[in-house]
Amino acid sequence: MSDGASSPQSATPPLSTLLEVRGIAKRFGRADVLKNISLEIAAGEFLTLLGESGSGKTTLLRLVAGFEQPTAGEIWMGKERLDTLPPYKRRVNTVFQNYALFPHLNVRDNVAYGLRVKSTPRAEIGGRVEEALRMVKMSSFADARPSTLSGGQQQRIALARALINRPELLLLDEPLSALDANLRKQMQSELKALQREIGIAFLFVTHDQDEAMALSDRIALLRNGALEQIASPREIYSRPATAYTAEFIGQTNLLRGEVHNGVVRCGPLQWKTAQGAGTVVMSLRPEAIQFAEDALPFPDGVRFRGAIRQQIYSGASEFLEIDCGDNLTLRARVPPAGPLAGECDFVFSAADAIAVSESRALAPSGKPDHKTA
Amino acid sequence: MSLENSRQRSVWLTVYASLVFGFIYLPIVVLILYSFNRDGVGGFPPRHFTLGWYRQLFSDSAIWEAVVNSLIVAAASVALSLTLGLLAALALDRATFPGKALFRRLVLLPLILPGIITGLSLLMFAVFAGMPLSLLTVFLGHGTALISVATTELFAGLQKLDRAQEEASLDLGATPWQTFWRITLPNLKLSLVAAGLLIFTLSMDEIAVTFFLIGRDNTLPLEIWGRLRRGITPEINAVSSLIFAVSVLLIVVWYRLRARSISSAPRELLENL
Amino acid sequence: MYSRTYKTIVAAPPLLWVCLFLLLPYALMFAHSFWLVREGALAHQWNLQNYRALFTNPLYFQVLLRTARIAASVTVCSLLLGYPLAYYLSFHAGPRKELLYQLVIVPLWVSYLVRGYAWKTILGSDGVLNGLLQYLHFTREPVSFFLYSPFAVVLMLTHIYTPFVFLPIYAALEHIPRTLVEASQDLGGDRRATFLRVILPLSIPGLLAGATFAFVLSLGDFLAPLLVGGPSATMIANIVQSLFGAAYDWPLGAAISVCILLTTVALLFTTERLEKRWSFR
Repeated sequence: MSDGASSPQSATPPLSTLLEVRGIAKRFGRADVLKNISLEIAAGEFLTLLGESGSGKTTLLRLVAGFEQPTAGEIWMGKERLDTLPPYKRRVNTVFQNYALFPHLNVRDNVAYGLRVKSTPRAEIGGRVEEALRMVKMSSFADARPSTLSGGQQQRIALARALINRPELLLLDEPLSALDANLRKQMQSELKALQREIGIAFLFVTHDQDEAMALSDRIALLRNGALEQIASPREIYSRPATAYTAEFIGQTNLLRGEVHNGVVRCGPLQWKTAQGAGTVVMSLRPEAIQFAEDALPFPDGVRFRGAIRQQIYSGASEFLEIDCGDNLTLRARVPPAGPLAGECDFVFSAADAIAVSESRALAPSGKPDHKTA
Repeated sequence: MSLENSRQRSVWLTVYASLVFGFIYLPIVVLILYSFNRDGVGGFPPRHFTLGWYRQLFSDSAIWEAVVNSLIVAAASVALSLTLGLLAALALDRATFPGKALFRRLVLLPLILPGIITGLSLLMFAVFAGMPLSLLTVFLGHGTALISVATTELFAGLQKLDRAQEEASLDLGATPWQTFWRITLPNLKLSLVAAGLLIFTLSMDEIAVTFFLIGRDNTLPLEIWGRLRRGITPEINAVSSLIFAVSVLLIVVWYRLRARSISSAPRELLENL
Repeated sequence: MYSRTYKTIVAAPPLLWVCLFLLLPYALMFAHSFWLVREGALAHQWNLQNYRALFTNPLYFQVLLRTARIAASVTVCSLLLGYPLAYYLSFHAGPRKELLYQLVIVPLWVSYLVRGYAWKTILGSDGVLNGLLQYLHFTREPVSFFLYSPFAVVLMLTHIYTPFVFLPIYAALEHIPRTLVEASQDLGGDRRATFLRVILPLSIPGLLAGATFAFVLSLGDFLAPLLVGGPSATMIANIVQSLFGAAYDWPLGAAISVCILLTTVALLFTTERLEKRWSFR
């Protein structure tokens, strides 16, 4: 499966840090919406803030934009402290969730707004507006009013309006959530290509994990105001730090077991492990489980027999709900197998069972080269 | 928006807004203050607190007759305006007929037209119809002018009504008449009371239209007006203060009711012009 | 869903009433403006004499000019007071917004007469203001300029109409989505630029509505001059009032009233057009 986001650090030397969030906390009344968040955004990076509603991702974005003030902590951009500046002095621009296009101005005037407000010479404005509209493929709409445009078109204009100011960091607040599914997919790839082309850093907020996986260089998963994990999509998928991460991104089986003398026992299953003694939670992705007869033999294979309770067909693959006995049910993802019944043999590699923490694993240091615990 | 920063820098705006508030309230405060002043209406500072003027007011029979007259006219105006206003609101909300736009404008016109025009035109009508000037003509003036207030309030209330409720009622076998009494009207209760309060207050205070339609019996505002010709005494302050207090009470109640029934507030009144 | 009968029952009574007690009276006034007074009685002779008198007699023109000037001053002053107040409430008042709003609208509905009378007692030669000034030794003698002057009329009417002007402006400001303000700031607009380029243009319909209201009602006001204006502040409506009173000439009074009516309607029509042009929903 092709991956739209390869992590930059694996191929290139360490990138310069563009934005640094240090120990940011935000409290509204009695609620702690953000609790001690620290992370860094590299220049040219596509970083996504992912989380459920209430996770604090939008608040964090608004703090960077300047529409909220932190209760504690600092935000730095290069050598300048950012959080003490009002929004209109920050070299940061926002694409709003509902676009926030000015209804009393036409497209051209909307896009030119940022330039006009800074008294850019007239002669320069015209050319830059055309360039911006061309970038988002809306050149023929310069004289239209926002109210006559469709959602997708308005979104492009909002993008052009922000980008024309050549910000160092672009903030996007769930910009695609108001679009319907097909348009959304199309805009995702356009957005990614645009970011690559312009080369500026994007801080993108979404609750859609597929979107995050498709677009990001790194994903920062937020939960209840804290950073759960921050890593590239590949890493966050294959090595989730916590049970929450494992369940939020993709699907997984969470196995709770006991470790004694280097062997972990989980229901009827057991295998060797390097984990220390005690209880442990392990995440096993459904695609790691295969039919025993189809699998090539591998040294740390864990075989088991289970009864197929449910079969959910989804075109390119099937999900099987397997009753392994002893109150253990596993979900497996297998290639389409035709109607099945009764018991079958399955196998998975012990290495695919990743130990995860129950609670937040991340220490406060979300640097670009951070490795999961 | 960095709210904290912008609030710090809006000191001047806050000062200015406070001054405007002061301007709006100061004259009334002064008025009330001097109603307790023994030495009359002017001069500064007021000394000698007294309740004498209020005592005088309470034994002033002419004033109380005028109050009764005003109450009669106000009550009748409420009844008329609410009935016609409700019908007009229903018509505007649900019916299409030729000249609807004109009708809407006509109904709302007395709201923005200077009172003298409404008053004089009705005076000419009264003469034409051979009607002597009396509380009846005053009632006609108030009722007609205040239909616009009722219509606006009730129209807003109707807009907030869930049409599906009426459809459900019809679906369950109720006739339109039954639906109106059992579903529509109860849902409009708050709007009706709010509109009624407002019309009552406006009628009690009305002076411009009343000026030209008044006969032998005075309403309260015109009684006060007449006295102003004779000379100013703090008794007028006293009655004015009482009017103010009662009006405030009624308006606060009105506003609370309206806020409960519809989310948008009296601004609609002017927006719909 | 609504049958023809329903619609007829509902529309007929108010329509009839409005025709009888609004249209017919206006028509009567209109008719009167073309009649005459002969030997102290009304003569139903159709002519244009009243209108000719209106347009040729310099006295009427003077009074009309003064009235327009007063109305314009009241409008401008009310806007200068009402707009910042509305802006403050909408954008800076925070959680106290509702309470402050109630505080503003309450005086709105309290008796015109009460408020006008209050000014009368304040501005007079023996009034509170003069008393205060003398008490503070700012002046030694009462200043007569305060009362019985166009200044007093403008002051009183501004006081009356500022809350009226406040209402639609506040409504318009509240309708402006806050994300637009944030977007402007995000793009580099400071408070001044955001106000001039985003907030003000979007508040114009409310501004127009409020200004029209204040202007039209001030134009036709006759009570303020009687209370606090004195002879030097006679307004056009006072002339009408006296023509229907002591100076018995109903046709002439009707003619002036018709002019006021038509002016009002024309103004309303114009502002409605303008409001539509400036409303972006």
